[in-house]
Amino acid sequence: MKAYTRVQNARKGQRPSGAFFINQMIDNFTELHGDRRFGDDGAIIAGIGTLSGTPVTVIAMERGTTIEDRMKRNFGCPSPEGYRKALRLMKQAEKFHRPVICLIGSSGAYPGISAEERGQGEAIAENLMEMMTLKTPLISVVIGEGGSGGALALGVADTVIMLENAVYSVISPEACASILWKDAAKAEEAADALKLTAHDLKQFGVIETVIPESEDITPEQLCATLKSELVQEINQKSKLSVDKLTEQRYQRFRKIGS
Amino acid sequence: MKLAEIFKKKKNPVISCKKCEGSYPESELMKHHMICPDCGQYLRVNSRQRIAMITDKNTFKETDANLRSKDLLSFPGYQEKLEKAMNDSGELEGVVCGTAKIGGVKTALFVMNSAFMMGSMGTVVGEKITRLFEYATKEKLPVIGFTTSGGARMQEGILSLMQMAKTSGAVKRHSDAGLLYITVLTDPTTGGVTASFAMEGDIIISEPKALVGFAGARVIEQTIGQKLPEGFQRAEFLLEHGFIDMIEPRETLKDCLSRILTMHEVKK
Repeated sequence: MKAYTRVQNARKGQRPSGAFFINQMIDNFTELHGDRRFGDDGAIIAGIGTLSGTPVTVIAMERGTTIEDRMKRNFGCPSPEGYRKALRLMKQAEKFHRPVICLIGSSGAYPGISAEERGQGEAIAENLMEMMTLKTPLISVVIGEGGSGGALALGVADTVIMLENAVYSVISPEACASILWKDAAKAEEAADALKLTAHDLKQFGVIETVIPESEDITPEQLCATLKSELVQEINQKSKLSVDKLTEQRYQRFRKIGS
Repeated sequence: MKLAEIFKKKKNPVISCKKCEGSYPESELMKHHMICPDCGQYLRVNSRQRIAMITDKNTFKETDANLRSKDLLSFPGYQEKLEKAMNDSGELEGVVCGTAKIGGVKTALFVMNSAFMMGSMGTVVGEKITRLFEYATKEKLPVIGFTTSGGARMQEGILSLMQMAKTSGAVKRHSDAGLLYITVLTDPTTGGVTASFAMEGDIIISEPKALVGFAGARVIEQTIGQKLPEGFQRAEFLLEHGFIDMIEPRETLKDCLSRILTMHEVKK
């Protein structure tokens, strides 16, 4: 399948977003709101629940379903408040020794005046630093479009899983094409050049696991496969001492491009 | 390209001010802290000029000087872009790292260079900065970093994005060791560099009027469908919104850094 087809699949309006995955995989989900600084960002749904009986913290990007819902959720593009809510709940997970699951899927961090005024760059930077030493297992899953720094702000994890039709890139193929070739229509070429598919990323060692998405797989089946993968990963990571866990997380990123 | 060709830089080139077009030899401008003597415009400063302006004479020792980027993704046109950047900047990559003394205090130092592919961060930039922080942590040294960057280098795809996490991890370890990190934001600092080590300093200083932001102005204008207000994403805007500690003019920057360093001297 062409890289750009994957991009289009990842962006499809009817593709399940964060809330659907939570609904399917997590029992007793209890949403927790707000960053305790400024507001509550609808683009990120976060809370606590149980995964096959184990208490976990879940942080998920949500693009929304209806038009009103999509507007409320800003099409899944988080503002600084969203990243700060995420970090607040990761710290809470650390306190209560709960593993953290992050679900990534939106075009990226919101590029707007309000987001800049409230420190979009600072919010992302803080998450990158703090996640690196968080003393509890962290598993991230790219479920849709993994848009640049805004995706990475939930992606500094012990294990990163990608669904086969998800993509993860430093820049959108359209923006890349318009900068490089002054022609957004060359997005298809840019998508190839950027090597943004799950299989590419696995080859680079940027992700650990690709969850296959055959054409006839239902969203429910996909969630069931992902759920068993998450259970397995969390079991494994929970066996490690905190020192070993954070050292492995550091080395996981340290080796990329060394 | 041969190293000798890259480093065969013109001695004392004439530099023109972009604002008033006044032209002066580099040596003359350096006496004025690279500020245009005619109109007061801050001229872009390359890594070597910055090091000369900020460090005590003959104290700078460069580290990892020979790391060079590879075209890891076989990205169309990247190899040619790298060669052009080397030629234009007289450097092998977009950041110069090392140790130096500032006001007599030893520090680790990195200086990004906008003349090299707009200071974009690829794997080599990320690796050099990470190594510098790891060295500084081991040697109990403070780090001072001058940032200028268009963001992550798209020609290295996801690998450049991952440098944001890698560098941030090294900054965190340095910080957890109780060591000082000062960032000096210079024009322009944007994208993935703003969203990682540029904003992670204990103390964040900016040059006057420097453009500092996450999203590019054009992207924001397209999103909101209107022109951005004057002064948006400038240093003064960041100060007002609480995201930087101070704006320091070039003339007094070295004194300022030296004062802060002295107050944080680590007793080994």
